Amino acid sequence: MAELVLISTLNGVLYGLLLFLMASGLTLIFSMMGVLNFAHASFYMLGAFLGFQISRWAGFWWALIWAPVLVGLAGALVERFGLRNVHRHGHVAELLFTFGLAFVIEELVQIVWGKSPVDFRTPALLDFPAFTVFATNYPAYKLFMLVISIAIFVGLFVMLTKTRIGLIVQAALTHPHMVAHLGHNVPFVFMAVFGVGAALAGIAGVIAGPALVTQASMAALLGPILFVVVVVGGLGSLQGALFASLLIGLLQTFAISINLSLSDIFAGSGFTPAPNTLLGDLWRVSVAQIAPILPYVLLVLVLIFRPTGLFGNRET
Amino acid sequence: MTSRSLLAAFVATGLLAGSPAVAQDSIKIAYIDPLSGPGATVGEVGLKTFQFLAEELNAKGGAAGKKFEILPFDNKTNPQESLVQVQKAVDAGARIITQGNGSSVAAALSDWVSKYNERNPGKEVLYLNYAAVDPVLTNEKCSFAHFRWDANSDIKMEALTNYMKGQKDIKKVYLINQDYSFGQAVRKAATEMLKAKRPDIQVVGDELHPLLKVTDFAPYIAKIKASGADTVITGNWSQDFALLLKAAADAGLQVNWYTYYAGGTGGPTSVKQTGLNHRVFAIQEGSANVDHAASQATEKAFREKFGVSNFYPRAFNEMRMLAAAINKANSTDPNKIAVALEDMKFDVFNGGEGFMRKDDHQFFQPMYIVSLGDLGPKEPFDEEKTGWGWRTIARLDAKDTVLPTTCKMQRPS
Repeated sequence: MAELVLISTLNGVLYGLLLFLMASGLTLIFSMMGVLNFAHASFYMLGAFLGFQISRWAGFWWALIWAPVLVGLAGALVERFGLRNVHRHGHVAELLFTFGLAFVIEELVQIVWGKSPVDFRTPALLDFPAFTVFATNYPAYKLFMLVISIAIFVGLFVMLTKTRIGLIVQAALTHPHMVAHLGHNVPFVFMAVFGVGAALAGIAGVIAGPALVTQASMAALLGPILFVVVVVGGLGSLQGALFASLLIGLLQTFAISINLSLSDIFAGSGFTPAPNTLLGDLWRVSVAQIAPILPYVLLVLVLIFRPTGLFGNRET
Repeated sequence: MTSRSLLAAFVATGLLAGSPAVAQDSIKIAYIDPLSGPGATVGEVGLKTFQFLAEELNAKGGAAGKKFEILPFDNKTNPQESLVQVQKAVDAGARIITQGNGSSVAAALSDWVSKYNERNPGKEVLYLNYAAVDPVLTNEKCSFAHFRWDANSDIKMEALTNYMKGQKDIKKVYLINQDYSFGQAVRKAATEMLKAKRPDIQVVGDELHPLLKVTDFAPYIAKIKASGADTVITGNWSQDFALLLKAAADAGLQVNWYTYYAGGTGGPTSVKQTGLNHRVFAIQEGSANVDHAASQATEKAFREKFGVSNFYPRAFNEMRMLAAAINKANSTDPNKIAVALEDMKFDVFNGGEGFMRKDDHQFFQPMYIVSLGDLGPKEPFDEEKTGWGWRTIARLDAKDTVLPTTCKMQRPS
């Protein structure tokens, strides 16, 4: 039991931190421009594929540096020449723009790298079990992912709360006009935030690529859950994003390890509905089976009872 | 170029791309399977296989004087999308469709084809299923228009459990399957058959996970480990198999695996990562290393052409039997082909005789239990360049795989 709890915690935290890497960029963009960036997960995918390509040419460590930079540049270009023009036509147009962009990126990735998963391997340097708990190996690469994610969170947090750049970004979040009147180049701040947000997703892509699967559908698999993180955490709140990411990571991981169903809970009551009826099926569904929908249940509950999100202070 | 002429050029190329540049009297077979999304890896290999087969048959003159042509349609492993695609396929002139990935898709297609045939007498469509193995398709939901070349999941589980019966070191079994009709059929058959054949075996876990959505199986592996299982049975395919084994390799899980689809794309690579030498078993209708000259020559040609191994001997049986049936009926009318296929005996891809049962349109063929690991002296082929290949552990004749059916088929009068 202790074994399962410990391993599940490690797995949950790791998954949560990966979510956070992506959600942090998304939540900043969302709160700044009011744009639900549907293409955010596509930048994550782009990061993974560029990481794969660069690691083929120059090794994994160069990929870890260059892929996020390239993805960040791509993000900045998208903001400068796409979103900024679309912005004039209102939020719906922006939404449709990013929606379309997600498909464009997916198709481009398929044209360049094909539809099958690519063989993105963990670097040989990190391809060993880091430690063993209760006879279960914990791969060094996962430990590395954990460390990178934490380092980025700390860096981002310090930058946003302790530096002048952070001050301007924070101010632009809530009072863009005032910041512009004070002589700051708000459009540039937007572009920079979009670029950095995309780069963060790119980093997530490079480090998740070898551990999960680098394939053209990876954006679609992770996209929806990001929105859950942003809404549950609260708009523009980095702590909120971190908290929600970890919450969802742990929620999903632990739910998988729980076999409890209604029939177990009410085992003593003597009530057993017939199998193959609607109630009978519901009665026997275990928590593990509904694990994948739990984040969305959380999303609905948060929207009903706390529309600002757990840490947010603005209405969605 | 002005924007208008650009537009005209664009439209013109679009029209050109849209019109199939083929002879009108070819035998069109619509291949309806995932060509994008998570199932695309297996869908693309399937498409290559059918194109290879069409070429092979056309080189011998096709059937009844006509050439075969494969029309690909992307259904994204989605039943609703499949119904859109099958309509498109029929509109494009296909009277024969083939599909394999996903029993949920197969059930929707079989249903659609039956209804379509009822409403459009004289324009019937034939549905050739090469890989969807939910037993209901040849039992409760059987259809005259549906033929299946893969052994259904009960037949496979029967064979697997017959082998497991003799393995005394199996004590605790864990079941992990995809949460849809096929995965549920596997878990049901496994539970019932193990109970009957080896009541001493304890089923310590019975897991269902979402189909083609899980990207990290580490939580599931942690659970398997905690259960103390020594053996895992899984019907997982495509990325759901590859990722499951990858997570097992990462965690260092040491168990024996009894699988349906270890040979699918990405499967052998992840099996190699686990280091479980000849401890991952699969139930298949053949393998590259079956000692049979004709199939090994085809295997060689297939690998040279596509760089991947042939995962679908059943597709070879399907297409070759289709050609034989068309020649026998001397017609491409789907109903006449269907009648010609019934009770047809056929020398299968890896050798030995198979037959298409008339009662439920299930094909019975010799089945092999194989394991993946180091190559022996008479095993020339490895898988996915891992250096590991298939070894035959047990072979069953077609007659030993026959299971009864509950099918009450409605036949055209």
